[in-house]
Amino acid sequence: MNIFDKFQPIATVRGEMEDIGVFPFGTVTEKIISATEGIVNGQRVILAGTNNYLGLTFDPECIAAARKAVEEEGTGTTGSRMANGTYAGHAALEHELADFFGCESAIVFSAGYLATMGMGSTLAGPGDVILLDADSHASIYDGCRMSGAEILRFRHNDMGHLEKQLRRLGDRTSNTLIIAEGIYSMLGDRAPLADIVALKRRYGGYLLIDEAHSLGMLGATGRGLAEEAGVEEDVDFIVGTFSKSLGATGGFCVSRHKELEVIRYALRSYIFTASSSPSVIASTRVALRIMRERPELRVRLWENARRLYEGLKGMGFQIGPEPSPVVAAYLQSREQALAYWSALIENGVYVNLILPPASPSTASLLRCSVSAAHTPEQMDLILAAFATLCEPKLAATAK
Amino acid sequence: MAAYEDCLARICEILDPFTKQGHIIQEDTELVAELGLSSLQVMEMIERLEDDFDVSIPLNILPEVRSVRDLGVQLERLTNSQP
Repeated sequence: MNIFDKFQPIATVRGEMEDIGVFPFGTVTEKIISATEGIVNGQRVILAGTNNYLGLTFDPECIAAARKAVEEEGTGTTGSRMANGTYAGHAALEHELADFFGCESAIVFSAGYLATMGMGSTLAGPGDVILLDADSHASIYDGCRMSGAEILRFRHNDMGHLEKQLRRLGDRTSNTLIIAEGIYSMLGDRAPLADIVALKRRYGGYLLIDEAHSLGMLGATGRGLAEEAGVEEDVDFIVGTFSKSLGATGGFCVSRHKELEVIRYALRSYIFTASSSPSVIASTRVALRIMRERPELRVRLWENARRLYEGLKGMGFQIGPEPSPVVAAYLQSREQALAYWSALIENGVYVNLILPPASPSTASLLRCSVSAAHTPEQMDLILAAFATLCEPKLAATAK
Repeated sequence: MAAYEDCLARICEILDPFTKQGHIIQEDTELVAELGLSSLQVMEMIERLEDDFDVSIPLNILPEVRSVRDLGVQLERLTNSQP
């Protein structure tokens, strides 16, 4: 027995995939061409699995701002936000986020993972309770484990189970943190947020919503599910990322509680890492402004989302429960998933392959994410590539 | 409140579909090493026990649970400690 033995199951799966010549988890985008196109496995593909929801990674204004920042402020800050790593841009972005969400204050982190993991691990501590949706992102689970709090789950979007857990907590709800997501990353479905808020009002507790996949997509101004559901006043903490709709990297937390400014100095994932590079902050600030000024991006995103959802549904794929910019097709076996994923690449479309335990059930998923930057012609090609999977020959060989 | 024996009996009922033919679940049967339960199956079992005993089972107990006995002991403790 040595320290490497526990990795053997991973090595076995990797070996099996290499034997059949497919290794989706080592995919290299050999050349990125645009927000929606790249070269993968030597093949020019439409990128339909990038979370680049508003298509801002190649926006000329964002690129110009990043270029100007790198020329004027250098390539990196080389230090913590709490030491030398807070530049004027970091502080300005926090003001702009707080203004956008109408909150007291905001904290900018160097990664979305660090925001969700950090807030989960810091807000709750020993003696507190975290009550999270079972399909929560790994960064939320990691934070919960690090918190030292008692961790309870409720079945995904199951309000009956959430209510039972709250009822059983009794007075302990006063130091309970409920966690859910705006749009769940694997299946693209939303939390029943109005119902969660109603239970929180009835039983007590605090509510943290991760809007990583819903920022820019939901709500009249793109603030996410809390805005769409009309419950922003009841959400205590909102976390999110810059790496999806805003086309960069980094994360944030906003809150109506003034205590967030004190919590900042207890957040180890904020303190013990270098702050985001000036160019990242610069492009994120422009992307946030564009997101506010150009609601037509959201309209186009949803047109593409509905088109893909209805298209795959019409072909007979079992897909997620509601139209969303994340559209996932269930497949019954890993072999089928691998065969279909490879066939899509060969037909010029890249999507994400999700295998258990990363998927929320025992099924494998072909997970697509659409972008406002996908043209109608690209959407035609994505749907045509999926249609080839339904041809009898491929369907038979994949079984 | 539930007695250890009641907890054990229900755990064995839930685990029965995971046993190979002719194999009988014992108190020292290990959930992952012997029955091969995946993390998803462990969580489904926890949720069913929560429903059956009207008790909340924190994830924090899982590192201490290897065998059927370990789970039974934790379940008995939780049913006795929660109102």
